[in-house]
Amino acid sequence: GITGGCHRSPKGEAAFSQKFELYSMAWNLKEDLRDCLVAAAPYGGPIALLKNNFRKEKSPGSRPLLEIYSASGVPLASVLWKSGQVVQLGWTASEDLLCIQEDGTVLIYNLFCEFKRHFSMGNEVLQNHVREAKVFHTEYGTGVAILTGAHRFSLTTNIDDLKLRRMPEVPGLQKLPSCWAVLSQDRVTIILLAIGQDLYLLDNTSCSVVTPPGISPHAGAYVQMAVSFNYCYLALFTDTGSIWMGTSSLKEKLGEFSCDFRTPPRQMVWHVAELWTLSGERRFILDEDSYLVPELDGVRIFSRTTHEFLHEIPEASEEIFKIASMAPGALLLEAQREYEAASFGKCFLDKFPPESFVRTCRDLRVLNAIWDYQIGIPLTFAQYKQLTIEVLLDRLVLRRLYPLAIKICEYLRLSEFQGVSRILAHWACYKVQQKDKSDEEVAHAINQKLGDTPGISYSEIAARAYDCGRTELAIKVLEYEPRSGEQVPLLLKMKKSQLALNKAIESGDTDLVYTVVLHLKNELNRGTFFMTLQKQPVALSLYRQFCKHQELETLKDLYNQDDDHQELGNFHVHSSYSSEKRIEGRVAALQNAVDEYYKAKNEFAAKATEDQIKLLRMQRRLQDELDKPYVDYSLHDTVYGLILDGNHKRAEQLYRDFRIPDKRFWWLKIGALAEREDWEEMEKFSKSKKSPIGYLPFVEICMKHHNRHEAKKYAARVTPEQRVKAHILLDQAADAAIEHKNENEMNLVLSKCTAATDSSVVEKINRAKAQILKK
Amino acid sequence: MAAHLSSGRVNLTALREAGRRELREFLDKCAGSKAIVWDEYLTGPFGLIAQYSLLKEHEVEKMFTLKAGRLPPADVKNIIFFVRPRLELMDIIAENVLSEDRVRSPLRDFHILFVPRRSLLCEQRLKDQGVLGSFIHREQYSMDLIPFDGDLLSMESESAFKECYLENDQTSLYHAAKGLMTLQALYGTIPQIFGKGDCARHVANMMIRMKREFPGGQNSIFPVFDTLLLLDRNVDLLSPLATQLTYEGLIDEIYGIQNTYVKLPPEKFAPKKQGEGGKDLPTEPKKLQLNSAEELYAEIRDKNFNAVGSVLSKKAKIISAAFEERHHAKTVGEIKQFVSQLPHMQAARSSLANHTSIAELIKDITTSEDFFDNLTVEQEFMSGIDTDKVNNYTEDCIAQKHPLIKILRLVCLQSVCNSGLKQKVLDHYKREILQTYGYEHILTLNNLEKAGLLKLQTSSRNNYPTIRKTMRLWMDDVNEQNPNDISYVYSGYAPLSVRLAQLLARPGWRSIEEVLKMLPGPHFEERQQLPTGLQKKRQQGENRVTLVFFLGGVTYAEIAALRFLSQMEDGGTEYVIATTKLINGTNWIKSLMEKLEPPPF
Repeated sequence: GITGGCHRSPKGEAAFSQKFELYSMAWNLKEDLRDCLVAAAPYGGPIALLKNNFRKEKSPGSRPLLEIYSASGVPLASVLWKSGQVVQLGWTASEDLLCIQEDGTVLIYNLFCEFKRHFSMGNEVLQNHVREAKVFHTEYGTGVAILTGAHRFSLTTNIDDLKLRRMPEVPGLQKLPSCWAVLSQDRVTIILLAIGQDLYLLDNTSCSVVTPPGISPHAGAYVQMAVSFNYCYLALFTDTGSIWMGTSSLKEKLGEFSCDFRTPPRQMVWHVAELWTLSGERRFILDEDSYLVPELDGVRIFSRTTHEFLHEIPEASEEIFKIASMAPGALLLEAQREYEAASFGKCFLDKFPPESFVRTCRDLRVLNAIWDYQIGIPLTFAQYKQLTIEVLLDRLVLRRLYPLAIKICEYLRLSEFQGVSRILAHWACYKVQQKDKSDEEVAHAINQKLGDTPGISYSEIAARAYDCGRTELAIKVLEYEPRSGEQVPLLLKMKKSQLALNKAIESGDTDLVYTVVLHLKNELNRGTFFMTLQKQPVALSLYRQFCKHQELETLKDLYNQDDDHQELGNFHVHSSYSSEKRIEGRVAALQNAVDEYYKAKNEFAAKATEDQIKLLRMQRRLQDELDKPYVDYSLHDTVYGLILDGNHKRAEQLYRDFRIPDKRFWWLKIGALAEREDWEEMEKFSKSKKSPIGYLPFVEICMKHHNRHEAKKYAARVTPEQRVKAHILLDQAADAAIEHKNENEMNLVLSKCTAATDSSVVEKINRAKAQILKK
Repeated sequence: MAAHLSSGRVNLTALREAGRRELREFLDKCAGSKAIVWDEYLTGPFGLIAQYSLLKEHEVEKMFTLKAGRLPPADVKNIIFFVRPRLELMDIIAENVLSEDRVRSPLRDFHILFVPRRSLLCEQRLKDQGVLGSFIHREQYSMDLIPFDGDLLSMESESAFKECYLENDQTSLYHAAKGLMTLQALYGTIPQIFGKGDCARHVANMMIRMKREFPGGQNSIFPVFDTLLLLDRNVDLLSPLATQLTYEGLIDEIYGIQNTYVKLPPEKFAPKKQGEGGKDLPTEPKKLQLNSAEELYAEIRDKNFNAVGSVLSKKAKIISAAFEERHHAKTVGEIKQFVSQLPHMQAARSSLANHTSIAELIKDITTSEDFFDNLTVEQEFMSGIDTDKVNNYTEDCIAQKHPLIKILRLVCLQSVCNSGLKQKVLDHYKREILQTYGYEHILTLNNLEKAGLLKLQTSSRNNYPTIRKTMRLWMDDVNEQNPNDISYVYSGYAPLSVRLAQLLARPGWRSIEEVLKMLPGPHFEERQQLPTGLQKKRQQGENRVTLVFFLGGVTYAEIAALRFLSQMEDGGTEYVIATTKLINGTNWIKSLMEKLEPPPF
């Protein structure tokens, strides 16, 4: 978080403070800072200058120039300002530059002066113009507050989730307030403004007059105010040179004193909670043309030539500082202090845990590295701890300092996943934006560097390439993505459906294939869609399955497209059952099937289906004539049913028409006759000609219907080879023998069997005998 | 509770635990009381991972079966749908959600748990139906491989074979590959992968690919499995067609085992207590769980059924002798000891009673003439007798309209054992079937042809005899009581699939290159690199562990054969079995049948 809690209260007494030079600025600035719009980001962040902004005449030669520098004054980028009149510059928490224009448009640039996006502070601003603006940071993110020419305030607390709030009117406000500030109290953002001798608090709904406690009645009109870094403290400067300090809640006064000057300071900021500084203040006489940047634990002060840090030193450490030798320009005071203290005290402690000492040493080295003038991020130890290593790495990545970031990750032994991989991925995302290199070069370079580092998502990089309008590059990068699940959605988004289909099939994930296929179906016209499937058998099969359950008609079209007559035949057979109710309809469907089967040169299926049609028609006739259900019985069951009802002629007719093999017809007929107990007819039938199935089945079927008398008639006609079996059936000799567990009986039965024809009986008895022997 | 899962060489309890953990985590995400709406197909497999008590502990108060219309009332905060990612189920869910009475009933939160995987297709469907936004949690429960026993994992994916070999839909193979990745995450990278068949190749490719997708996730677990053998079911279409002759195989053939449970006719299980209950027989089927947690079952399940009787009678003697002990118990100490053993003895006695009853039920069938005739024909085909002409027995069975599936098994078996049938023979069978059972079966026959179960002999050469001889698939001198070869599981026929595994272990597939070429699909070997620290140094005499994954289903007889190999003293390899589904010839053929219902009049 940018804002910390109010941990310490300001002390009345003067604290030990030191001023150090951070850098001598490398920027060779010709202009005065006061002639530029200036914004410097906290946590040792970059500095933005907008030159020539205040010139009224806008000749092409004197267009404003936006320049961004590191804290050490090394130029990062610059761009000629071609947009509208800028009122205010400010940095977001993620180090993007906000340029607030007079017309209420806020343009966002990255720290390389590359335009990112813009948003508007509301339509009403267009007319009235933004007169003043402030960028502020709260737990909600980076906010913008504006004051319009109509003397109205508007603000948003988070520019990434834009919700504009128009603040209530301040009664009687005829001119711009002399000064104002944004406060954040209990998660509510409010505005404090001064008009002459009056102070007003503006919240969402109301405007109220406030008076700072204990302020001298002769203090005069307020001309400048400052809020501390953590929103806890407030300072007010009046036209009599009086300064009031207190809590920003305006409930407590901490001090009041007079200055020996009356002109309002150009800038007034809080220095931690200890003391405050303003340009031209007596304690530190600053360069006339300086700029102040409040920090968590001090104030940075830079001018055209130098960059200094005013740092508060806690009492407890003062002694140490006095002893310790301070290297000139040493920045890392807090850390240094810990280091000194640790190494100093270490000798006196037996069980000093070395981990924290080692960790501190490592952190110090990291801070030293980024403080380097080329890098120019002067973080103190306290700031570094507050910022966290992750954010620091993000900031290095933002500055495209990939090698340094990776070195730091390795040095701090961060896991690949949270460290190096992330940085490489950022690098790659930057790389894909380099338009001067060919797609091949970039893709190759990325793969060279990234390889298969764990945690790298090639699809994310590809998505970035696609966002930059480099579709071909995106496809090339995507080639390196091993997870098809990640490849496919992006390919679809890029309208590379065919490629997506290939990838989905490669993955083996049929759900992905289905997804692409249905996508293609919506995207392509039917013909092209079918052609595409044609080339991809796996997809085609899956789509067929889909159609089988969801779109039967399409299934037919697919088969037609393939000239797959066999399947078309099957399709029609299917529909004769599932979608046709009337006999005529069913016959028509079956006739279609016949035609297709012939086309498929499947003569068997064609003939069989013709037979089916014939049967269906015949069944329909039978049903009408006999008033019994016959339709959809099998041929076997139809004939059986006819015999059962004594319709022998009709049964014979079907037998002949359908060329039922003799053997099967005989089996069928004796079965039905036995069920009908038409023994007379059976005997007649048995004598009609020589039985193709022999006479044993007659014996069997009679016995099955418990007619031993009839069975005996046929037993005599059984061939000698099967006669034993018949007798066994009649006498149930074997079963009886086995049941009795009588070995003699079994042997008797065995003696009647011949090994060649009665092997099963022999086996059965032998097994039974073996069982007896075992027991 | 799950002791049987840790009894094997590989402790599969860890897999079950992972599954339970995932389930608990999901349930806890939906805070408050809940009702689960089940895709009915999932309840069986889920029962093997978590009982109702676990659900109850996590505030599941009601359970419903997913069906169209309005959800039954339930005063719960959350409604969770447990479903397979299928479009037709999405439509039902949408209907449920849309018909929810927002005014009258209290606001309930909806969630979906996809098993085993979330699906963009399904979510798009929910979106089209306008209900996608109604779901707070949409997650997946990736329990691909469910532990069935200490050495057995199944995906219980009913239609996997049909999808893979008939419809060219490889969804289940993707799940199989994912399941293998999960298994490797728990039990270490499997260094060697062998495979035979197109599906096997596809799964291996996906595994390699999936491994590449997570380059950083270097597995640091010491590998438990040495080898993975991926086998396509269509490499061995024969084994499931033949009637299984092991005890467990026969139970499955006759009564059907579902998710380790079997339902049996109740008559034989009537309470034998004197006086009471003797008259009214139970009418509800007797439901028994069958797994190796039951000592007796573990001993007899994989035996040839002909060897089960003697074990049962021996056990009976031992148990009655143990009960007799009480007469000899004289001292208080002896009586105490007897009493302490009583629960175990009683459990053993009831287990014995159950299996004696089951064995009697089975015996009634196996001693029937028809069973014997059928078996005789099967064995003739498998040993290569008269496979090229129309079989009399098959014809007679058709004429007597025996169950169609039995006929299809016989005809397919003959076709497979003859590398296809001559046009005349094939057409005759087909005509007989269509005339007897109805012309609508023309589509089923077409499916069988597409799956290669039924085919026209294209070349004049019949490869089966060569394969049979080289791989010794038919053993005349089979010993059912004390087997010395896997062929005992079919009383003569050694399942080809298991022979492949056996030959791979010793002496290696190089010895059967010629035969491998005759079987469909490529055979291959892949190696997965292990970090040096994880490379195994085998102890003297330590067995290798091979995971055999049957893509398209495996029978209990094949499992028995692999267990037999595991137990062989000088075998050197122990097997763990994984499959897309536990199958037998009947339910396998059934899954390939086209269900055509004539329209109602």
